[in-house]
Amino acid sequence: MSETTAQKTPEAAAQEPGFGGRLLAVLVRVREVSVLIVAVGLVLYFQAANPAFLSESNILSLARFAVPYVVIASALCLLLICGELDLSVGQSFAFAPIVMYLAYDKFFLVLPLAVLVGLLAVALVGLVNGLITVYLGVSSLITTLGMFFLLAGLNVILTGGFPATTPDTNTLTQILGEYPWAGAIWALVIVAVLQLILSRTRWGLHTYATGGNPLGSREAGVGVARIKIGNFIMCAVLGGFVGIIESFRINSIDPLSGGPDIVLLCIASAVIGGTALLGGIGTVTGAFLGALVLVILRNGFTLQGIDSDTFNVVLGVAILVAMILNVYIARLRGSGRV
Amino acid sequence: MENGENANGSATGADFLRAENVVKRFGAVSVLKGVDMHVKKGEVLGLIGDNGAGKSTLLKTITGFHRPDGGRILIEGQEVNLRSVSQARSLGIQTVYQDLALVNELSVFHNMFLNGELTVGPFLNNRRMKEKTARYLEDMGVRIPSIDTEVARLSGGQRQAIAVARAVYSDAKMLLLDEPLAAMGAKEGALILDLIQRLKEERGIPMILIVHNYAQVFDVCDRVNLLRNGRIEYDKPVAETSVEELTELVVAEYRKARQGNPGDGR
Repeated sequence: MSETTAQKTPEAAAQEPGFGGRLLAVLVRVREVSVLIVAVGLVLYFQAANPAFLSESNILSLARFAVPYVVIASALCLLLICGELDLSVGQSFAFAPIVMYLAYDKFFLVLPLAVLVGLLAVALVGLVNGLITVYLGVSSLITTLGMFFLLAGLNVILTGGFPATTPDTNTLTQILGEYPWAGAIWALVIVAVLQLILSRTRWGLHTYATGGNPLGSREAGVGVARIKIGNFIMCAVLGGFVGIIESFRINSIDPLSGGPDIVLLCIASAVIGGTALLGGIGTVTGAFLGALVLVILRNGFTLQGIDSDTFNVVLGVAILVAMILNVYIARLRGSGRV
Repeated sequence: MENGENANGSATGADFLRAENVVKRFGAVSVLKGVDMHVKKGEVLGLIGDNGAGKSTLLKTITGFHRPDGGRILIEGQEVNLRSVSQARSLGIQTVYQDLALVNELSVFHNMFLNGELTVGPFLNNRRMKEKTARYLEDMGVRIPSIDTEVARLSGGQRQAIAVARAVYSDAKMLLLDEPLAAMGAKEGALILDLIQRLKEERGIPMILIVHNYAQVFDVCDRVNLLRNGRIEYDKPVAETSVEELTELVVAEYRKARQGNPGDGR
């Protein structure tokens, strides 16, 4: 773009975005819109194939099943945008309810305090992930891979390997997941708040800046270390929180619930929703829609009696298509630079 | 040294910035071995030196990006102990880095206010940032297609202009520019030189410019310093030197090295 290309006066530019800006905005929005279209298309298809799909009971079970994926994918989204990754978040998902249970059952804390202790424990996990990655310069892929195995072992040791039962029902346990729609409401609130943080606050802007140009952001005085560590903690805490919700939903605390499946599906959700693994690009809404698509796909296949191997094949193709799209968009952006 | 006044006489006697015996080491390597440098109010200082001489390191030490291992830095006569870029910025020292420190994925106006965002409560005030960005760019005569555009879509000159505008409008009392004309066409380079000239004449902002092309030193600078062997080895007003002399300075060192007579060690 040279100085002689069509120019607007700065005042005019302030009022309306230029053609390039509009096109790009549409492109980015199209990504979410296209994921939404896929989701709606899947719903229509599964409903046509099996009228039970949109029955009240199936919608409820779909929503409840979606909660952990939606929350973790959204939380991971911010971390991915600032250029980092947390493979251990699935284990945090299992770890928080275990710590809560031990605090309640073995140390006789009241339940609200026990929940708090559980969340503090995963906050510590996030802090350690962040400190090792930022200050010791270990790639977050490796840091959190180590944390994944560490917590996987700890979860089994702490519970003796057997699932435990959640504390007896009261108002708090209802709010934290026993009430049928509790999880879905929490998930929607968390998605909305995260998207607000990402697109409307300094924290969100600095998250994009940190992932987009780490050195440049540091030179501009952005607290890159603070942003990264903060997002690590946020990711682990939300993962742990939704783990607690899930445990109250099923009234069981399962030491093996944090396996690789959940985190890989959530990374897939974020990527399908348009988040760039190398940082700088993505939205929570996209990650949310990406998670919904995967959950709908899995639920629909189950209703149709299609096995999980077929689901995996479809999931694999979806990830590849999403990644190719990401690369293509990145190339489009890059072409503006030359 | 006393002769640092520019044509307008806007350079006064007082130093805005003074570096005394500044040392910076990276592990066993001493990049700065005792730099003495000063910039008067309203003065534009050109900093030259071979690749790897430590020019960028010196700049980053003045801006709080690196912490010096020795020596002291005074701003308007007060010794400062810079711990961060933000702290240097709060003292009015603004830097335009070689890589511009722009985030490609963000819009022009978000880059303009990066780390100095305007907010309403906890939320970004995008409308005011857009208004101000438009006004700043107009003031500086910078033309870009749209302030909503992602920076990735702008040309090198436009990106440089935005980085300079950002530095100037965050209450800059002093500007540090690291190779502002690197990788730029002649036309865009002229735009930036013009911008620097106007900042000097209209605002009297003292500046340090790292320059590679010596001819450019003579376009805008009042004084030139050569950084070599970790020290300032040459300091003259531009009126008393020439492109030939500056070129000879650097080439002579190269010749000495080639003749197996490394002088005082590189």
